[in-house]
Amino acid sequence: MKLGIVVSEGPYTHQAADTAYHFAKAALDKGHEVPRVFFYHDGVNVATRLSVPPQDERHIQKNWTALAAANDIDMVVCIAAAQRRGILDENEAKRQGKDASNLAEGFRISGLGQLIEMGIECDRMVMFGD
Amino acid sequence: MSDAKKFLYVNRKAPYGTIYALESLEVVLIAAAFEQDVSLAFLDDGVFQLTRDQSTDAIGVKNFSPTFRALGDYEVTKLFVEKESLDERGLDPSDLQEIVWEDEEEDWEEKPSIRIVSRAEMADIMADQDVVLSF
Amino acid sequence: MSTLHTVNKSPFGDGALSSCIAHCKAGDGVLLIEDGVYGALAGSAISEAVVACSADVAFYRLEGDVAARGLPGAKLIRQVKPVGYDGFVDLVTEYDRTQSWL
Repeated sequence: MKLGIVVSEGPYTHQAADTAYHFAKAALDKGHEVPRVFFYHDGVNVATRLSVPPQDERHIQKNWTALAAANDIDMVVCIAAAQRRGILDENEAKRQGKDASNLAEGFRISGLGQLIEMGIECDRMVMFGD
Repeated sequence: MSDAKKFLYVNRKAPYGTIYALESLEVVLIAAAFEQDVSLAFLDDGVFQLTRDQSTDAIGVKNFSPTFRALGDYEVTKLFVEKESLDERGLDPSDLQEIVWEDEEEDWEEKPSIRIVSRAEMADIMADQDVVLSF
Repeated sequence: MSTLHTVNKSPFGDGALSSCIAHCKAGDGVLLIEDGVYGALAGSAISEAVVACSADVAFYRLEGDVAARGLPGAKLIRQVKPVGYDGFVDLVTEYDRTQSWL
């Protein structure tokens, strides 16, 4: 089955991004497809490449980046939610006149239409938030 | 529209204290362009999103409540509000803003978008969807 | 057609589980995850509602979250069945849709 996933809370404060990660991994292990993960609300903060957790803690962003690379998952960060919270890719940073960008590898910034499209195309959609 | 999916946007949180209500509305506005069958559910503290007379000047946050009145222009015409949630909060339907849509089929007659439903009816509405998004 | 509901908040500080129970239908499933697993405790203020609902709704608890929180197995409601993340995936595919009570 095609399973779409929404992460709608930020990393570390809430468990949502962790639970979604374990769920996605289990789904892939079972042979299901996870074509896309959509990051919304504070969930967009998962996509910053500037996060530096203590070494003995999980690295939520890196875990997602690795999982996506190994399984061809399209990780989409909502542009409106990301801009509010200071998550920018290079293009957006340039367009907004910012001196830095911080979007991690494996994530891309796009519109909310990608969320609706995921709902249309996936057999199931699961939301992780708070 | 026969292959359109039924999308339900479930709103259970009050506005302003958190951003969920506003960002839910932003999803709904985009969703309208996809020609799916869109419904909105307001229950628990979500019913507070629809109160009249919201005025946010003092808190410096954008008042997004007028946007609900524009939903009809986006062909989003089904706003289900749970009666028990209103009752539990000491509200009645007259405390909510009026939201209408114009029915093209009936000479653009204005019809109410808000439909007050019982908890049991709300459960039926939830069970009749393809995709349920919660905010 | 039936729904898998997920609840991720403790029922002692939040109404999500109560609201979920009030809206789910016979044949549905309720999966307690994250802080939602506290809803699996027997003899609590909400356990009677869970047990009553479990007559026609299947209840599950995510085992990793139960273990993380040190909930004693002997104090868990018998009708709330343990599942792992793989079981979570199975439930999502077995039910027709998923509704998260965020």
